[in-house]
Amino acid sequence: MTAVVLVCAVLLAAAAILAVVRAERGPSMLDRTVALDVLTTTLVAFVGLEAAWSRRTDTIPVLVALSLVGFVGSVTIARFASREPPGEGRVRTREEIARDEAAREEAVRAAGGLDGTGPADGVDGGRG
Amino acid sequence: MGVVSWSAVADVLAALCLLGGALLAFAAGVGVVRFPDLLARMHSATKPQVLGLVLVLIGLALRLRSGPALWMLVLVAVFQMLTSPVAAHMVGRAGYRTGKVRQELLVVDELTADQDAARRAAGLDADGDPHGAHRS
Repeated sequence: MTAVVLVCAVLLAAAAILAVVRAERGPSMLDRTVALDVLTTTLVAFVGLEAAWSRRTDTIPVLVALSLVGFVGSVTIARFASREPPGEGRVRTREEIARDEAAREEAVRAAGGLDGTGPADGVDGGRG
Repeated sequence: MGVVSWSAVADVLAALCLLGGALLAFAAGVGVVRFPDLLARMHSATKPQVLGLVLVLIGLALRLRSGPALWMLVLVAVFQMLTSPVAAHMVGRAGYRTGKVRQELLVVDELTADQDAARRAAGLDADGDPHGAHRS
């Protein structure tokens, strides 16, 4: 039994490390979500493996809790990610940030000059 | 003699189930790292979520051999089977809507065809606007 448990632990540790690798590398938020789901499942399997090795029953409520709330994170992130604009996962360069900032200030000035109500109106109404 | 041999058989079966579950988890890890797009990664990620977890729970139940623990483990399996399709559905829908699905890797894409047909039936063009309208 000890050898089997050792082999299982090594396999589960490898699975957890690979899932963390994908969570670090994943191009989008959803890839990271899937990878973290794999990590959660590996965690459940590891707790189960430990309980099977030492024949203990006091960690089984941990399994119940993890299987209940394990999906909350991915559902939340999926709801959130379905509204993200395309190209969101990209890190902007310094020049792009400066250009966007200049464009935004220009828009504020134009809105303030056109209707005379100041920059508060018209600028942030673009996203409905 | 009989009692001892039955518990030995149960331990061997438990070891096999635990090994199977760990192998599926490892396969999911490899697939999540190596597969090319979101849907393929989701495909490999679901292997330990249902079958791998059920194998580990069967192994644990065979090793514990107690009634209350068995019902708790059944509860774990039921909760996992109820919640993992919800998560997979939400992730897949969000991935499709934000363009994470690579069309050239798909064999069949019924959703896009159905959506196009529905838009044509409603008299809308590809952007969801009425014909002739220009989106500002």
